[in-house]
Amino acid sequence: MSSSVATSDQARADRGINVPRPVVTIDGNEAASYIAHQVSEVISIYPITPSSGMGEWADAYSAAGQPNIWGTVPFVQEMQSEAGASATLHGAAQSGALTTTFTASQGLLLMIPTMFKLAGELTPTVFHVSARTVATHALSIFGDHSDVMAVRSTGFGLLASNTIQEVMDLALIAHAATLESRVPLVHFFDGFRSSHEVNKVEKLTVEDMRAMIDEDLVMAHRKRRMTPDEPILRGTAQNPDVFFQAREACNPFYNACPAVVQKSMDKFASLTGRQYKLFDYVGAPDAERVVIMMGSGAAVAQEAIEYLAERGQKVGLLKVRLYRPFSTKDFMAALPPSTKVIIILDRTKEPGANGEPLYQDAVTATAEAVAAGTAPFGSMPKIIGGRYGLSSKDFTPAMLKGVLDEAAKPGPKNHFTVGINDDVTHTSIDYDPSFSTEPDDVVRAMFYGLGADGTVGANKNSIKIIGEGTDNFAQGYFVYDSKKAGSVTVSHVRFGPRPIGSSYLINAANFVGCHQFVFMEKFDVLKNAVPGATFLLNSPYGPEEVWDKLPAEAQQQIIEKKLKFYVIDAYAVAKETGLGARTNTIMQTCFFAISGVLPPEKAVAAIKKAIKKTYGSKGEEVVKQNFHAVDQAVANLHEVKVPGQVTSGFNRPPTVSPQAPEFARSFISRIIQDQGDDLPVSAMPVDGTFPTATTQWEKRNVALEIPVWDPQVCIQCGKCSMVCPHAAIRMKIYPPSCLEGAPPTFKSAETRGKEFAGLKCTIQIAPEDCTGCGACVHTCPAKNKKEARLKAINMQFQPPLREAERENYEFFLSLPEYDRSKLKIDTVKGSQLLRPLFEYSGACAGCGETPYVKLLSQLFGDRAIIGNATGCSSIYGGNLPTTPYAVNREGRGPAWNNSLFEDTAEFGLGFRLTLDKHGQFARELLATLKDTIGGDLVEGLLGADQSSEAGIAEQRERVAALKGRIQSIDTPESQRLLSVADALVKKSVWALGGDGWAYDIGYGGLDHVLASARNVNVLVLDTEVYSNTGGQMSKSTPRAAVAKFAAAGKPLPKKDLGLLAMSYGGVYVAQVAMGANDLQVVRAFLEAEAYDGPALIIAYSHCIAHGINMRTGMDQQKAAVASGHWPLYRYNPLLAREGKNPLKLDSKAPKITFEEYAYQENRYKMLTKSKPQEAARLLKLSQQDVLRHWDLLEQMAGLSFGGGGREPGTGDAE
Amino acid sequence: MNLSTTYMGLKLRSPVVPSASPLTREVSNLREMEDAGAGAIVMHSVFEEQLTHEAGELEHYAAQGTESFSEALSYFPQVEEYKIGPDQYLENIRRAKETVEVPIIGSLNGATVGGWVDYARQIQEAGADGLELNVYLVPTDANRNGRKVEQTYLEILRAVKKSVTIPVAMKLSPYFSNCAWMAKKLDSAGADALVLFNRFYQPDIDLEEQTVVPSLILSSEFEMRLPLRWVAILHGYVQASLAATTGIFTGQDVLKLLMAGADVTMVCSVLLMRGIGELEKIIRQMTDWMSQHQYESVEQMKGCLSHRSCAEPGAFERANYMKALNNYTC
Repeated sequence: MSSSVATSDQARADRGINVPRPVVTIDGNEAASYIAHQVSEVISIYPITPSSGMGEWADAYSAAGQPNIWGTVPFVQEMQSEAGASATLHGAAQSGALTTTFTASQGLLLMIPTMFKLAGELTPTVFHVSARTVATHALSIFGDHSDVMAVRSTGFGLLASNTIQEVMDLALIAHAATLESRVPLVHFFDGFRSSHEVNKVEKLTVEDMRAMIDEDLVMAHRKRRMTPDEPILRGTAQNPDVFFQAREACNPFYNACPAVVQKSMDKFASLTGRQYKLFDYVGAPDAERVVIMMGSGAAVAQEAIEYLAERGQKVGLLKVRLYRPFSTKDFMAALPPSTKVIIILDRTKEPGANGEPLYQDAVTATAEAVAAGTAPFGSMPKIIGGRYGLSSKDFTPAMLKGVLDEAAKPGPKNHFTVGINDDVTHTSIDYDPSFSTEPDDVVRAMFYGLGADGTVGANKNSIKIIGEGTDNFAQGYFVYDSKKAGSVTVSHVRFGPRPIGSSYLINAANFVGCHQFVFMEKFDVLKNAVPGATFLLNSPYGPEEVWDKLPAEAQQQIIEKKLKFYVIDAYAVAKETGLGARTNTIMQTCFFAISGVLPPEKAVAAIKKAIKKTYGSKGEEVVKQNFHAVDQAVANLHEVKVPGQVTSGFNRPPTVSPQAPEFARSFISRIIQDQGDDLPVSAMPVDGTFPTATTQWEKRNVALEIPVWDPQVCIQCGKCSMVCPHAAIRMKIYPPSCLEGAPPTFKSAETRGKEFAGLKCTIQIAPEDCTGCGACVHTCPAKNKKEARLKAINMQFQPPLREAERENYEFFLSLPEYDRSKLKIDTVKGSQLLRPLFEYSGACAGCGETPYVKLLSQLFGDRAIIGNATGCSSIYGGNLPTTPYAVNREGRGPAWNNSLFEDTAEFGLGFRLTLDKHGQFARELLATLKDTIGGDLVEGLLGADQSSEAGIAEQRERVAALKGRIQSIDTPESQRLLSVADALVKKSVWALGGDGWAYDIGYGGLDHVLASARNVNVLVLDTEVYSNTGGQMSKSTPRAAVAKFAAAGKPLPKKDLGLLAMSYGGVYVAQVAMGANDLQVVRAFLEAEAYDGPALIIAYSHCIAHGINMRTGMDQQKAAVASGHWPLYRYNPLLAREGKNPLKLDSKAPKITFEEYAYQENRYKMLTKSKPQEAARLLKLSQQDVLRHWDLLEQMAGLSFGGGGREPGTGDAE
Repeated sequence: MNLSTTYMGLKLRSPVVPSASPLTREVSNLREMEDAGAGAIVMHSVFEEQLTHEAGELEHYAAQGTESFSEALSYFPQVEEYKIGPDQYLENIRRAKETVEVPIIGSLNGATVGGWVDYARQIQEAGADGLELNVYLVPTDANRNGRKVEQTYLEILRAVKKSVTIPVAMKLSPYFSNCAWMAKKLDSAGADALVLFNRFYQPDIDLEEQTVVPSLILSSEFEMRLPLRWVAILHGYVQASLAATTGIFTGQDVLKLLMAGADVTMVCSVLLMRGIGELEKIIRQMTDWMSQHQYESVEQMKGCLSHRSCAEPGAFERANYMKALNNYTC
């Protein structure tokens, strides 16, 4: 039977195996990294989801001085991209080091060129890959095999792990085997499902590793190194005469590789008792239907196959471990002779292929073996293949059962899909979702929480408590939100007496914990509860009142399923114990108190121990607070007496407004309600194209408090609107007549400023879109004269305001927009009277990036085309279900696309080339068709001055007139002109991204685009860290700041991107910080866009990864500028042409110390708590950096320039 | 000339002691103070709330946004160990003890009885020769009567005295209904010294920003009159040693306070303004005056002009006020 299920300690001890080993509850990333770090010398890394964790672990091990099995601490080197990481690894391996790296998806694809080289040179190395979907019609961070399948041809071997224990085991086997076989290996496991699943595993020891890694092979590897002491040459250029033969010379190594890997597996078995095979068979010995799979899906299939086989079905599963080099001999030997139908399931799609890769290999192998007479079965079995689980689509035993049922049909579907409804090409097969293989003795618990309440952290602790403190096995998997503000988390946690391989989401829960009361109105929390399950609700209402506060749907389910219903007011307990919003320990304690997983006293003791471990390093006070919360939790837990019937007077409200367009109601709302899995293929766009402006339909209501406007105090400066990250506070100026029919509570004031005389002004809050960050209130400069704590906007509790403000906001939106061609848009107020075309994104509350993006959308959105680098801005910019780029009343708005992480500048240049080409072509056609169209119009179109909003508006009118005139002229020229006429209106091309892109992975391309002289605008949202992947160091990270991969503080100063760009002379460069000088930001954006050439704006963007209070982020921007860390400047090449110095400093000399700025942020401050002396040293250097940098800029700005405007060669002779 | 004095049971070679200030954070400054003739050194204060707040803040900002979004389950590297709590402070005391010979007095500024006791013990264990409790209490609750406020001081003192064996000084504010009564109470509760007085930093208003701002203004020379009066009144009435602090700028100031009855005088603003070298100058001024006036020791002059020993005790009382008014001419 199964090889991966742990055999009993006694049985293993009897066989002379060293037991017990320590037991740990860890995720796949940690399991892989733990091994990789100890058997390597040089580790080159680059962050990419979901593999970042492996690099972070390796870095942490080395930072903590943890040695490898040879007693030396490995070097961990972060690179600028995966291409760089693999190249560095190549160099290290070629010069004799033991090497490894970690990656996924596009990252692995960036390594392909080097992988061919590594394999071609027979270089032992292991790449640990958390297999992730490769971006196609859309990006996906989740798991499938499209990335590993894309490297099949490189010559790397491919080794698959299915469970967390296997990830650790096969990681070691891979490192051992590659040394002997000299075939480099990709060791992969499913992204998220395995990389992020927490499970109980037996931890391999250093002795295990020493026993597995053959020292002679290490020496042999080192002996092959490049060294001037015994010089050799690799990397020749070969010609047609010898290349082919040389390419075939590696064959013996590939032929031998499978046996070498098996040998490693056998040796591993002798050490640990866990026997792996190249192809592992489980199920009935006389199986007729055999499924072939690899990855976490195989673990799920195993559960189903064992369940069915025990019930007499002749079914089996062949788990593929070594997929490349593919051993037909071993493959055939593993299949039962009774096999009649082979079903191959691939977790990838190869469009246009005659079946997916694993299918093709299996078919080929079977056909070859049958033809050669070496197959275990006499005749050719029936073979079908299908796809499942793309992008971590949950794969369940029910689906596997469906597949087996299909295979039993006389004419089973081939090239099928399972788990989706393909109503277009009808590939999908049916299955019965109610089929369950979950054993009764497994506790299956689901917890609904908010990111901010710490639910996931508490569950991870519970898993440790049970997994490491008892004989039980434990598993946890966590589903997160697609938005970062107010994000919802769902934890799927299992506990049971046997190892848990159920790598699929819980759909039959016997415990449901709802940690936020508001979820009861938002989601079907009890959908997955089984009859008799326990339901724990965090409720501000006590056991007597709570019932009437539940929607009818919830009451119905509680009654029908006879749920045991408990409530606790964790909010109150947390408040009382000083824990604030983090109700996690309280809810965790309640779970233990009523679930019966552990005896209560033991559970409480264990929770306290875990608290001590988690918070111990953060101070005694934090520990005490949590202890107190634990004690209070049990005292405040109450069972609710459930009435016999539904009494609620209300239902769960609809997810999107009934006024929303059909697409939002039928498509988006389903995703929001967690029913995206049920959407059929026909509902999907065929090429990844979506309408924009959909965030407006998702009213998330995540803010507890929202701003309320006080027109009497307001000075109408527009700053609140300017800094709002979510475009949830807006300003309009309109004629008083528009107020007719205004809702009763709608507020307005006389507009200030004589150009607006007689007009009304309103500042309105979008009550259901606001995230409650308070940035607007914090920034508001107007104070109430009677009570200085009040401003022109003040935060108030949202629920009582919601209804009226919703109506007010709708009315506000219906008011006319001020004519943009008549506005002074080069002011803060003027810019804020423009409608934002970027609204209600999923960015963090208080985000420092989105105010810039919003400003861009206000100034240029109606004619902008945006290429967005992968990162935060592409995620809040384009993550489903709803997207924030919006349209104005004319239907115009930003056109947006995310190509890759690394190529955005080039992507933008492509837009520009098209627009320029089409513009030129249109002008050529205009000249040709001048007589037909009319001379005046053509001259107007060709000579248009589009340097102002008014000029652009006029040109739009001309283009409309042109279209009207040529629409009916049916000549090829006129039709061509019609298709490119819009290019005659000035368009604004933007490349957007973060510092990870601009400073690191995309710098080469960015540099090239800046040198292209084309009119491409680049906006760098500089958070000085890889924000989206969780705070890894970039070359923008300042000296002295702590980041992942710079745990001891970044030792070197930040790269000066602005100075590099200025060195070209022809690039407009601005460094801006909204919190320091908002007017300068507006001016820089306008100048950059107006400049007919490349423009670069580097925008200081405060970030949650800085460890600051996000409400006061703009203060930090101000401090960054005041300290000189972030000087403001604009470098305008146009000034140089006038003989003036192009560099203009927009901020003053440093007036506060670097320390005064930096130590307001945790990223700097934490170093003073972890490494005080190093912190002091780096602080001092940073202060010097700042002063030197300022000095340099000041001198540059003070230079006399360009010979006072003289043309070259006209100066006096010396 | 014998400048030695006894303060809270400790033998000091001179009655001039630098009081708690940021200067004592640097070891090199401590050495300079000793070289300049300091009798003892009061270390900078450790603030209980600050430590608690720091720990909470560190945890809050490190945990903010974690476990919320699939791609960024955290934003900071795991740090094995933070040096939180009074570790750094205790380390400073240890280093101070290694660096200088003169007694080192720890200074603790707290808010809860629990915090006082824990940290006091740790400061003793770190090697401090004495401990100064800086009870910085601004009662803002109009419903809390004076007796309760006074009780808080006594409770803190008793709790700390129970947990340490080194001498304990109480640094007081002048805002009691009866300073002398309070001093006696503290004296009988076991205070080894009374430090007169704590100068509360008074907040200011920023007109432009319309905000209330904390503001630190160093003391000026005339402020020594307040401790002068109370040292004079208390001298001889309490067992505890008396330290005078605030507004001491010159050797003359020191002499006046000693004559009023102080066992030591504490200097701070003058060192911050003019540098640690000023200490030497003060002592020189003192000794010059003493030799000119044939004083042999500090002990000789201690309290000679105190309330009980001076010829005109009324000058320390209300009569002084009348006299001042009568003599006042524009």
